[in-house]
Amino acid sequence: MAEPGTLTGPAPAVAPPEDERPAGRRSGVLGAYRALLGAQARSQAAYRTSFVVDLVGNVGATVFDVVTVLVLFGVTRELGGFTLHEALVIVGLSSFAFATADLLVGNIERLPRYVRTGLFDAVLVRPLAALPQLLLMDLPLRKVSRVVFGLAVLVASVTSAGIHWTAGRVALVLVAPLAGVVFFGAIFVTTSTVSFYWIDSGELANSVTYGGRDFTSYPVTVYGGWFRALFAYGMGFAFVSYHPALALLGRADPLGLPGWVGWAAPGVALVAAAIAALAWRVGIRHYRSTGS
Amino acid sequence: MGSVTATVAPPTDSNVTRWFRTFGAIAVSGFRRYATYRQAAVAGVVTNTVFGFLRYYIFLAAAGASGRVAGYDRGQLATYVWVGQGLLAVIAIWGWTELADRIRTGEIAADLLRPVHPVTSYLATDLGRAGFAALSRLVPPVLIGLLLFDVYLPRRWATLPLFVLSVLLAVVACFGCRYLVNATAYWLQDVRGPLILWTLFSGVLAGLYFPLGFLPGWLEALLRYGTPFPSLLQIPLDVLVERHPVPTQVGLVGVQVGWTVALLALCRLVQRRAERRLVVQGG
Amino acid sequence: MSVIEMSGLRKEFTVRVKVGRLRREKRVVTAVDGIDLRVERGEMLGYIGPNGAGKSTTLKMLTGVLMPSAGEARVCGLRPVAERTRLAMRIGVVFGQRSQLWWDLPLRDSFDLLRHVYRVPAGEHATRLARCRDLLDLDEFLDTPVRQLSLGQRMRGELTAALLHSPEVLFLDEPTIGLDVVSKQAVRGFLAELGRAGDTTLVLTTHDLADIERLCHRLVVIDHGRVVHDGSIAALHSRYGSRRMVVAELDAVLSEPPELPGAPLQRVEADGHRLVFALESATVAEVVAGLAGLATLRDISIVEPDIEEVVARLYRAPVEVGGAAVTGAP
Ligand SMILES: Nc1ncnc2c1ncn2[C@@H]1O[C@H](COP(=O)(O)OP(=O)(O)OP(=O)(O)O)[C@@H](O)[C@H]1O
Ligand SMILES: [Mg+2]
Repeated sequence: MAEPGTLTGPAPAVAPPEDERPAGRRSGVLGAYRALLGAQARSQAAYRTSFVVDLVGNVGATVFDVVTVLVLFGVTRELGGFTLHEALVIVGLSSFAFATADLLVGNIERLPRYVRTGLFDAVLVRPLAALPQLLLMDLPLRKVSRVVFGLAVLVASVTSAGIHWTAGRVALVLVAPLAGVVFFGAIFVTTSTVSFYWIDSGELANSVTYGGRDFTSYPVTVYGGWFRALFAYGMGFAFVSYHPALALLGRADPLGLPGWVGWAAPGVALVAAAIAALAWRVGIRHYRSTGS
Repeated sequence: MGSVTATVAPPTDSNVTRWFRTFGAIAVSGFRRYATYRQAAVAGVVTNTVFGFLRYYIFLAAAGASGRVAGYDRGQLATYVWVGQGLLAVIAIWGWTELADRIRTGEIAADLLRPVHPVTSYLATDLGRAGFAALSRLVPPVLIGLLLFDVYLPRRWATLPLFVLSVLLAVVACFGCRYLVNATAYWLQDVRGPLILWTLFSGVLAGLYFPLGFLPGWLEALLRYGTPFPSLLQIPLDVLVERHPVPTQVGLVGVQVGWTVALLALCRLVQRRAERRLVVQGG
Repeated sequence: MSVIEMSGLRKEFTVRVKVGRLRREKRVVTAVDGIDLRVERGEMLGYIGPNGAGKSTTLKMLTGVLMPSAGEARVCGLRPVAERTRLAMRIGVVFGQRSQLWWDLPLRDSFDLLRHVYRVPAGEHATRLARCRDLLDLDEFLDTPVRQLSLGQRMRGELTAALLHSPEVLFLDEPTIGLDVVSKQAVRGFLAELGRAGDTTLVLTTHDLADIERLCHRLVVIDHGRVVHDGSIAALHSRYGSRRMVVAELDAVLSEPPELPGAPLQRVEADGHRLVFALESATVAEVVAGLAGLATLRDISIVEPDIEEVVARLYRAPVEVGGAAVTGAP
């Protein structure tokens, strides 16, 4: 996260500003971002006990997601036609992708507050792109714990699901989680831009971000009707965990989509990122500040 | 607290009527105040609805082909989910930090100067808030459930009044929990820790993520009698979907009464301790 | 080329207004209603107007925060919204009501961070910071976290923060709001010093007209989003017929009002012992000489025209159609 180049989601689309000064143009921007990151680490250190509490609390959130799945399997042998081991692969992909995107981009959640209070003005008058600034200004390092836990679930589930490993599947198990991160990052950014148009939209974005996390924690066969169509394919959440998991497990899709769909995850993620970048650029022009 | 108006009634009234009048006035002002956040309510309803769909389908999958799980059939699960999504906002399980904020900024001093006990006045405001939420946040998801799904409608005449009482108790009990969590701000500089723990545990243990009936029986009983959480959500919903026979139904509301009384008493105790501490330290 | 150019700049906000108990109506508020203005390098521009006139909105459009609804703006030859980050390198902004600093960090760390953000060489940064510390008396609270600073201290920090990258244009939106007399003087003195150097362009909005009198040669007054005056302060006075006054205290009461060429009599006070003349073409010496022949002068004083009074009259006057009631260029 120290370099804008490794930002997920639409960040690469927001080009760093071109400096007029001849020397050290590129390193200058990096230096600026690094300084922002350092400053924010220092201000977090001002609240040390809270930091520890947050670390613990954030693991807790993901733990309970997994516990919920385990409890559900306590009352049924199959969920939507999937066994516990298979379902855990889906949970692992989803938790890791969401937790990582939340760490890197989830901060954008604060945009509605910035927009409502006009604090966003201060971000806009600085010579750095607005999105990386917002993300770095308060990078929630405490969420690291959640990423680690998500990764642990992912590793444990794919190693115990009896996957028949091929070179392709090895590639997929590496690429799919990253695509999921990009995808969730794009979702975070896109939904946050709603607040440029609807200032009091409050927790609305949660319905898609956290809703998406819950949605991707279960096989899409669980859901029904237009709700499934909308979330799984309208918004593309099926490509975060469900289809990649099918491809890893070598299962045919009960809903009838061909097997290669599991490999489409990176493509879907890139499309989502492009949409997010566009939404951000258009949205920022609708920012209306507040009366002084 | 905003516009708390402590009406001074003529001295001919008994203490009790006067108390009720003050309480009512504060509650009305709470209703009014939250009624101004209409757009946020709309956004909240959308979010509750999305989660309603998610949870409905997931619980249904857990019920499997038989359509029955832990004493619920499909219709009962539908009612459980959709009414539950609405109740979530009525009891305001998450997101209330007003007391903690006022303690941190020292504005609490103004509340202590009022002739009404802080627990009472915050409770009255909260009931007003819950009243508005019942209209704006409970009705929409219930309607969606009624229109789109085969929800279970109560069959016994006693269920509805019992449910209303149960919800009222849940609101007060949840208020008590939130008050206690917020009141840690009297002792702690930063209340994020207690708040996070509260957010984490309240959702799971109140029966939001899954009905506690999905757990082993002994664990459900332990949670129900040993913690206040099921009294906040699970019990009102179980009462509504008539998961148990009438005597048990009444007994569950009794459990809620117990927890509510205990929590309010604890709130007052904590408040007294805190005030003594404020006086000593000149907070 | 002018440093700042605006042509037909407009900004409309759609707001929902409550009508009755439940109904809401959309209404369009025109905050800035077609402003044409040019500001040259090194100018110190006072940009004033009554509350809600559209001052802050104009400044936000010039700094790339707000997208104009119509019209065009150029600052340093750049389009503010489209080339926002490049422009940000070359301008400094202080919104009096809103902090640019890092809340939890000491002022010193904020400044250091800004050095990286604006990519200022360390040496240059140190020189400028030293100057600001000196002129604005920052030393006392340089190591205090921003959230613990008083308003005046914070504002001095904000000014410094806006200047560390030596911007070509400085936009100040009410930089003296809420400051005590001493802080105000420090800020004004600092800005005057900056103006004397002559290469920074300054756009200043304020409700304290003393700021303007002290700092700005050019005054733009807007009302309802339109320019209603653009010119020097002197031009404003002459437009509203506000002149310097000579107040003469006489020993005796004159039998008939004196006629002094170029200084018409305005008022007679204190039972005829005090006469007030407006200075038009006459000088003070001429008035004194003219009066000395008529009666014994006990005292004489000169009253400067009151800018507050003039501006109040301007604000109260109905807006002229077209808003282009421009008088006397500087
Ligand atoms: N974000 C906004 N949304 C809606 N209306 C706005 C917004 N910002 C400003 N306005 C309206 O635009 C008009 C001009 O506001 P602006 O803040 O530019 O005034 P101003 O001249 O800075 O006033 P003041 O002297 O009080 O600071 C006002 O009528 C205000 O209500
Ligand atoms: Mg303003």
